[in-house]
Amino acid sequence: MTAQLTRDRRPLPRVPALRVLEYHLVGYRRTWRAGAFSSFLLPTLTVLGFGLGVGSYIDQGVGGVSYLEWIVGGLLASTALQVAIAESTWPVFGNLQWQKIYFGQRSSPLRVGDILAGHLAFVLFRVLTSVIAFLLVTGVLGALRSPWAVLTVPVAALLALAVAAPTFAYAASVDSDSWLAMLFRFAVIPMTLFAGVFFPVESLPLALRWLAYATPLWHAVDLCRAAVLGVAPYWSVAGHLAYLAVWAAGGWLLARRVLARRLVV
Amino acid sequence: MTTGRPLIQAQGLVKRFGDFTAVDGIDVEVRAGEAFGFLGPNGAGKSSTMRMIGCTSPPSGGELRILGMDPVRDGPAIRARLGVCPQLDNLDPELTVRENLTTYARYFGIPRRVARARATELLDFVQLGDRADSKVEPLSGGMKRRLTIARALVNEPDIVLLDEPTTGLDPQARHLVWERLFRLKQQGVTLVLTTHYMDEAEQLCDRLVVMDGGRIVAEGSPRALIERHATREVVELRFAAESQEAFAGKLDALGERVEVLPDRILVYVPDGDAAVAEVAALGLHPANVLVRRGSLEDVFLHLTGRTLVD
Ligand SMILES: Nc1ncnc2c1ncn2[C@@H]1O[C@H](COP(=O)(O)OP(=O)(O)OP(=O)(O)O)[C@@H](O)[C@H]1O
Ligand SMILES: [Mg+2]
Repeated sequence: MTAQLTRDRRPLPRVPALRVLEYHLVGYRRTWRAGAFSSFLLPTLTVLGFGLGVGSYIDQGVGGVSYLEWIVGGLLASTALQVAIAESTWPVFGNLQWQKIYFGQRSSPLRVGDILAGHLAFVLFRVLTSVIAFLLVTGVLGALRSPWAVLTVPVAALLALAVAAPTFAYAASVDSDSWLAMLFRFAVIPMTLFAGVFFPVESLPLALRWLAYATPLWHAVDLCRAAVLGVAPYWSVAGHLAYLAVWAAGGWLLARRVLARRLVV
Repeated sequence: MTTGRPLIQAQGLVKRFGDFTAVDGIDVEVRAGEAFGFLGPNGAGKSSTMRMIGCTSPPSGGELRILGMDPVRDGPAIRARLGVCPQLDNLDPELTVRENLTTYARYFGIPRRVARARATELLDFVQLGDRADSKVEPLSGGMKRRLTIARALVNEPDIVLLDEPTTGLDPQARHLVWERLFRLKQQGVTLVLTTHYMDEAEQLCDRLVVMDGGRIVAEGSPRALIERHATREVVELRFAAESQEAFAGKLDALGERVEVLPDRILVYVPDGDAAVAEVAALGLHPANVLVRRGSLEDVFLHLTGRTLVD
């Protein structure tokens, strides 16, 4: 072992972040059943509850389609949001503060960016599998009007990065997990309620409407709804995608900075 | 053993946290195949030094080269050849014992099949083979520690950094770890360790430094340090009175040095039995008398003014 000592380089993984993703998947293998069950349960209940329950009170539908058909795109986006944020709050905080997993990874050849990218790749995996399950169930139950609905998958992926990256930065920077509960109370829940998932943003007063436009969720809702209904979105597609990409890129830079500050001491 | 090439070279190495200086300009050289120890009281800067050597903490000043490379620029390439056992375990409690090793091996670019084989081998090495498929969470502290040590070996490192590897282990597990570390050393692996156990340092280390307040206060082989800073024998006297202090003055002439601890007095002498006879001749009647050989414990006490309570 002492034969070639200095400047000898060992082959490193070509895409180190994939090795981090692999680690997260090994852990997920233990818990996926519970997760998978709820990924099918949620869209089923959604279709039943909103389609048959709430929908039956809204006779005229929204803009010429039934309430169920109208809401399904928004709910898909909001599912992506929930999963993305759930996977980048407590898991990130725990890996940094409780089990200190990230510190262990940092002692290997992995760089801070690899650790971050690997975690976000896992978030993406979780969001994509949930969204695909959602599409399957709603499709089978006849709630999707157009085959363009498959485009919700890449949109959900972009939304996931747009919210998971800044959430990662937030979860890595706070010192107590009670700040994470605050994020849900003051950002995730209001966003879910007012960003056009359950009713059109246009029914909000002007000031609130602009607040809704500022959320990443609304942009994904508008795109997903358009795809599911097979119509043009309210805003330009390029504008939506660019806006979400800005959140994702800004979040990435911020998260990498915060994680480096935590891990490189 | 000090004929190997230098693998770790530090000159004037400094670590600051804000305006607090944790490591205050230390010079260290560790050669291939050596077992090198850092001793020192709590807060001496041992872990801060280990983190700089482990390339996870950039130096605030001075020169540091590991395996001939620069830890800031070549961090990943250096870390690929290090094994790190941190002071606090950072295993994944949700994964099994084996998965903790295999997932970690993958970070080093080790193929899956090799990772699995190496995990099996290493779990036998630290005697955890029978727990391979149990979760980490319910393992005892000592088992987790051994798993962390096994994890540090998963990439067949050239240098293993062990920050208090046996703290919290029972005597049997400590002897097991010592025996394993000794075997690694025989295979030519370079060991760098910190410890609060002087017997551990004496058994394992070819060379060590004693740190205090971020500085190195002594350096040498355990034997050389004992010769330089302690005497051949030490007489430990325990008096029944509340304060040992009152007796200390009377003992001054007895040996080279007298150290007063809260519960006993240490007299450093070339010949312990002769000194005990002299104590009796002085008309003193300690409740308890013990003659022992000078040890690293005494070196540590002399240099840092502290005993080795964790
Ligand atoms: N991240 C940090 N931020 C601020 N201060 C730190 C940090 N890490 C260590 N210190 C300080 O630096 C000093 C040296 O700490 P270090 O952990 O290196 O000591 P040590 O010799 O390993 O002690 P112990 O035997 O208790 O493990 C301590 O005063 C500690 O409080
Ligand atoms: Mg320490």
